[in-house]
Amino acid sequence: MVWKKHDYDDLPGTYVFDGERTHTSYNLNKMAFSFNSPENRAEFSADMDAYCRKFELSDEQRIAVLEGDFPALLRLGGNIYYLAKIATFHGMNMQDAGASFQNITTEQFKQKLENNAAGFQQHLDKRGGYWNG
Amino acid sequence: MGKVIGGLTTSHIPAVGNAMANNLEQDPYWKRFFDGYKPVISWLEEEKPDVVIVVYNDHGLNFFLDTVPTFAIGCADTYANDDEGWGIPTTASFEGDAQLSWHLSESLIEQGFDMTMCQEMKVDHGCVVPMNLMFRHLPTWPCKMIPLAVNTVQHPMPSAKRCHDLGKALRVAIESYPEDTKVAIFGTGGLSHQLQGERAGIIDVEFDLECMDNIINDPDKMTALSNTQIMEKGGTEGIEVIMWMVMRGAISPNVNLLHKHYHAPISNTGAGVLLMTDGTD
Repeated sequence: MVWKKHDYDDLPGTYVFDGERTHTSYNLNKMAFSFNSPENRAEFSADMDAYCRKFELSDEQRIAVLEGDFPALLRLGGNIYYLAKIATFHGMNMQDAGASFQNITTEQFKQKLENNAAGFQQHLDKRGGYWNG
Repeated sequence: MGKVIGGLTTSHIPAVGNAMANNLEQDPYWKRFFDGYKPVISWLEEEKPDVVIVVYNDHGLNFFLDTVPTFAIGCADTYANDDEGWGIPTTASFEGDAQLSWHLSESLIEQGFDMTMCQEMKVDHGCVVPMNLMFRHLPTWPCKMIPLAVNTVQHPMPSAKRCHDLGKALRVAIESYPEDTKVAIFGTGGLSHQLQGERAGIIDVEFDLECMDNIINDPDKMTALSNTQIMEKGGTEGIEVIMWMVMRGAISPNVNLLHKHYHAPISNTGAGVLLMTDGTD
């Protein structure tokens, strides 16, 4: 038995959510999915450790959930949309998580986004035809 | 007969939903983004579609990873929004068109697209944010809505080409519906963004604008891209642009472009808006 290699495995800093990842992290993502229900969120908040054990998370996964260690949760197979449902318990949103993957502050992460988009209006002017107010 | 009156594209990110919920449209960060929707809103008010088909992906509200349909279509009379677990406000339910949905399912499957048919289907921000962007100024939803969910969460995902071909088949399906029905197609999601990993924070303006130009003028250039090529430039979540191709396939080969808008960053993304109708071939 072997997990097939893919061309996207070589993308740097990227964890493509495929069969291998979803298979190895099923319980973690299943627990996150349960947080759509307010009753389950209350039960998790009351005793996070017990709730993780109920979903049979691995020790590594459970500790990462309790510590809000999102780089670890990503490495352990968490899907980013499901991790969003966990992040909220740690007072975090997707930009906070994005920053944590790079070990920078959320402000630095937001600046990175601004920098990446800087000057976009010149690109629009060059191509032409874009609405511009 | 059914008729495709036009197609549009839009972002569907939760941050936009929260901005609308908090009335931030005039806030300096948001103003240019929201202003760029005015021509689309006016067009919808003038053209008055009977039904909109919203092509979106579910992010873990209706579908869990136990069962991941590649293409799923709502076949119900109503669709409810619901709690996604992290606080985005829920909106009023949507009226569906079950007869049209079942006709579309029959036609699409006959044409080789094996849809998953859903008689209960909660719609998440991917569907609801676009509906709010277009119609939130009205007291009630002004038209029926049919959700069409594409898997962009778990690989393997359909290719841009497969999505484009689905759009072409969707047009055939709509045009073979016996009742006079005006249908608009919303392709949602994108553009470049990556939420995860050390590479999180990608926004590639040139790639986004190239995608928009190619979707308008030369969709075959988009369908030539593999999903890995799209993710390499546009990020893992930027793969959502494949859903724009469903809309594009439902419009004629040459399009009449009515509106083109781009803004970045909006939260973690580059945000693009297109509005197009059939052109003359």
